Amino acid sequence: MQQTLLLSAILLFAMTRVLAGEIRVAVASNFTGPAREIARRFETKSADRVILIFGSTGRHYAQIRHGAPFDLFFAADSERPRRLEQQGLALPGSRFTYALGRLVLWSPRAGLVDARGEVLAQGDFHFLALANPRFAPYGKAAEQVLRRRGLWEGLQGRLVRGENIGQTFHFVTSGNAELGFVAYSQIHTPDGTIGGSWWKVPQSLYDPIEQQAVLLKEGEAPRAFLDYAGSDEARAIIRGFGYATP
Amino acid sequence: MTIEAAFHIQRGDFSLAVELQIPRRGVSALFGPSGCGKTTLLRAIAGLERDPQGYLRVGEELWQDRQRFRPAHRRPLGYVFQEPSLFGHLDVRRNIEYGFKRLPVNGRRVALDRIVDLLGIAHLLERQPHQLSGGEQQRVAIARALAVSPSMLLLDEPLAALDMASKQEILPYLESLHRELEIPVLYVSHSRDEVARLADWLVLLEAGRVLAAGEVGELFTRLDLALAQRPDAESVIEATVAGRDEAFALSLLDFPGGRFRVAGSRLPPGSRIRLQILARDVSLTLERQSKTSILNIFPAIVDALSDAGKAQTTVRLLVGGLPLLSRITRKSAVDLDLKPGRRIYAQIKSVALLS
Amino acid sequence: MILTPQDLDAFRISLALAALTTLILLLLGTPLAWWLTRSRWRFKFLLEAVLALPLVLPPTVLGFYLLIALGPHGPIGGLMTALGARPLAFTFSGLVIGSVIYSLPFVVQPLQNAFRAIGQRPLEVAATLRASPLDRFLSVALPLARPGFLTASVLGFAHTLGEFGMVLMVGGNIPGSTQVASIAIYDHVEALEYSQAHWLSGGLLLLSFLMLLAVYAFNRRFTAVQP
Repeated sequence: MQQTLLLSAILLFAMTRVLAGEIRVAVASNFTGPAREIARRFETKSADRVILIFGSTGRHYAQIRHGAPFDLFFAADSERPRRLEQQGLALPGSRFTYALGRLVLWSPRAGLVDARGEVLAQGDFHFLALANPRFAPYGKAAEQVLRRRGLWEGLQGRLVRGENIGQTFHFVTSGNAELGFVAYSQIHTPDGTIGGSWWKVPQSLYDPIEQQAVLLKEGEAPRAFLDYAGSDEARAIIRGFGYATP
Repeated sequence: MTIEAAFHIQRGDFSLAVELQIPRRGVSALFGPSGCGKTTLLRAIAGLERDPQGYLRVGEELWQDRQRFRPAHRRPLGYVFQEPSLFGHLDVRRNIEYGFKRLPVNGRRVALDRIVDLLGIAHLLERQPHQLSGGEQQRVAIARALAVSPSMLLLDEPLAALDMASKQEILPYLESLHRELEIPVLYVSHSRDEVARLADWLVLLEAGRVLAAGEVGELFTRLDLALAQRPDAESVIEATVAGRDEAFALSLLDFPGGRFRVAGSRLPPGSRIRLQILARDVSLTLERQSKTSILNIFPAIVDALSDAGKAQTTVRLLVGGLPLLSRITRKSAVDLDLKPGRRIYAQIKSVALLS
Repeated sequence: MILTPQDLDAFRISLALAALTTLILLLLGTPLAWWLTRSRWRFKFLLEAVLALPLVLPPTVLGFYLLIALGPHGPIGGLMTALGARPLAFTFSGLVIGSVIYSLPFVVQPLQNAFRAIGQRPLEVAATLRASPLDRFLSVALPLARPGFLTASVLGFAHTLGEFGMVLMVGGNIPGSTQVASIAIYDHVEALEYSQAHWLSGGLLLLSFLMLLAVYAFNRRFTAVQP
């Protein structure tokens, strides 16, 4: 009798594993920290396994267009999810903003960046790093800030462009660019803020960096994850990592 | 005036240890079997092999010793390598001019035209090296070496890489060099025939050591050396053209032991000529024969004897003071009771004229 | 034409970088290749392995370390700031340094092979014809090694032209000074500007092919046909 019970329990358990889904989520690299935490919490509540694929939004977009097997797409901007929806590659109505990026001007050197960003006008640096404004959302935001301050033209020769916010960050941490426009989430984690000096750029100076997610394939498990990502619990996690939520 | 050299060179298993003196006139041959070190020695003299202990004095000049080493490009010599080695990126004319251009103007003692004529290559000047035959390439190489007005010409088996026809083509040019040049020539070869034709002084090498050195005529006839033991052992004798017997078309050639009468084409009177006499063409008699078909019979003294196997004996004679080899049966040697000092007659059946 | 002035700039910078790098590498690489061919140093193999490293190193790795080295805390950057000079990261000069390191084996190895193929004999011959070591090198070794120089130039140029990973890390993508064609193409793709990407890529391909054609045709005129 006990053996039968044990066997049934094992079989049942095995079945739930087999029946349990794998959710493939393409995630923007800059969202790595919060995504991992959210996935972990989700897995404690559900039998489904979450597989996170990190990368640049541009690359993910191109791959999805060519049939990549993702269930969900967490982009760094709103442009790409919108296009996918238009092209019929994403399920309509599933698109929502899961996080708002916050732009910060940061230097690892204490005292370089003042709390009002005057250092930009003073120009006491060789290079200023930003993400490429042509396609990176944080870069677009940085350009907006510089233009609003009337500094865009004058700083042209000193702007170094990273392919993505991650590379931009590296330019600054390596010291080659004394300061740069990076994501607040890069300098602030649930464990605290890293050293240096920074200016938290007022939201009024740039269009919101809306990071949107979209469902690519219908399914109970993916929908569950998407819903969870928009839940209060998840939003708290996200804010803890330095993002804002709508 | 001599060239004094001493070298100790180690190359893997092979070692060269030589001390020698070479006369600064005429053609000196470095002779020996493959691998005996003759090329290494020549290269050392040229400065292409470095021996920190090496010693080389050429006449009055010290070219190297323990403290000094005059590099190859500052040694006033010409070198002809075994393979033609013409510069592939230059035409024949520029090949020849390569060294010539690098001489200071007052150092250019030889005219290029004369060299080109001497080697008979005027019609090849505009060609590319790869368009020439092996023999032609070597002639160009020799011309190129002469063009630097060298005080010494070094040739490393220049005929070895050529086929028979090319060899025959070049030999006359090499012989004429011997006559025309006043500079010493060092000639490396493993061919006895080449040496017989060209050399005045011979250095015999074996396994990196000098076995013997001396005049060609001497060394060819020394019974203690392998040269005299060969089945085709021969003697080399220099003679002067005295005249011609027109009636019988014979050339008359004088040497310290007498006069040779040899059938053959007309030779310029007064010129020096080299005779090659095979030991087996020399027979011996105790009394002078009168009714005999052999023309060339000379009085001689037995100098030494050496058995060549069970049946034969090699006899070294002196004819007018010059050495001559004779190969006879051992029985004859015993029957004639040949001993050093014996007076006999040498009958020479056949003579080859070299150059 | 769809190409913007910025695109043409990228073209120009790529060509200038490739040309300058190749030139520097030929000047540096020739004596180096010559020494490598002639040297009997026991530890030569160590040096050769180091010089061949860029062949196997992912360019991003090189770029990563280079950026650190050029940075204010790195060996090169630190030295430069101490001397009061401007930092090299994100400058054309910095790219040249990176390209020289990255394309080094592509120039040195063909040269080394060409010198080795000459062998001892032509140089010994030249020595017996009164040529000093430098003279021998210039009048015999260089002409005979010409095919090697051709290969080295073409490889060095092409390799630099196609550089991406290293430039990405070290360049900073500044239009007009460090934005090279390969990065410009990549950016067009990222920004979904596909037709511009096409034009730029096509233009680069065509130009490279024409240059190669010119080089090989030029070489043909000066090479005797060997049997």
